[in-house]
Amino acid sequence: METEFTPLASLIGGLLIGVGTVLLMWTRGNVFGATGILSGALVGPDRGWRLTLLAGMISGPWVYKLATGALPAVQPTVGMGVMVLGGVIVGMGATYGSGCTSGHGVCGMARLSPRSIVATLVFMVMTGVTVYVIRHVVGG
Amino acid sequence: MKHLILYFAGLLFGFGISMSGMGNPAKVLNFFDVAGTWDPSLILVMGGALVTTFIGYRVVLKRPAPAFDAAFHLPTSRVIDARLIGGSAVFGIGWGVTGFCPGGVLPVLSTGAPSVLLFTGAMIGGMFAARALIQARANRNPGVAGPNV
Repeated sequence: METEFTPLASLIGGLLIGVGTVLLMWTRGNVFGATGILSGALVGPDRGWRLTLLAGMISGPWVYKLATGALPAVQPTVGMGVMVLGGVIVGMGATYGSGCTSGHGVCGMARLSPRSIVATLVFMVMTGVTVYVIRHVVGG
Repeated sequence: MKHLILYFAGLLFGFGISMSGMGNPAKVLNFFDVAGTWDPSLILVMGGALVTTFIGYRVVLKRPAPAFDAAFHLPTSRVIDARLIGGSAVFGIGWGVTGFCPGGVLPVLSTGAPSVLLFTGAMIGGMFAARALIQARANRNPGVAGPNV
């Protein structure tokens, strides 16, 4: 499925993700890692601020709709069974790896954390290899 | 006041995900498909977020403490081990299969798309299965760290 290259929207969107990430550090002194925020919002001693943050996150698409007239596109490329399997894999991998694209790829990289630089390189390469194998080896 | 600012921080993140296309698996996967239907947008999303955070963290972390707490809560582990690398590799496989990562999928939960709801439910199941496995291993081996996300 082709998608249109959206340089301006993606750059501004990325800048806003960064501003939200910095704002959390300024306010409460935490990294903006989606995996840790979600697990900490569900269990643990300190759920309140994470639930507030999540409420803000899920408001994003609707404020985007107010601004543009449409919700953001969500176009899955796999069926529901694969989606469930992939969800389990992502959840387990991000937990064992102590983070995901936001925690390692943005916050950790910005702190020049060696752990996050290694983690980001590993998952970016593995994602690329996985996409290549699915689309050009298996599906080619 | 603190919760209002935290809500706004989450909103900026969720709006940025929506605007950038990070919540759209087709777009995310096309970034990685250089040999096929390549869409370079994701480099601008990650680049824009990373540069902003890099500069912003340098300013904020110079302060003695955050505005509404006694101290910063930064990750302290320095270990590069099989758990970090293996976990990240497994995460990459799942991201490459589905096109959803945790930060991309959480904001678009509110679109109610069935794929998003299913993926997120399964992801939470995977997270807590991994936490239980890590905790069980840490209980058996005093030197092993418990779950840290």
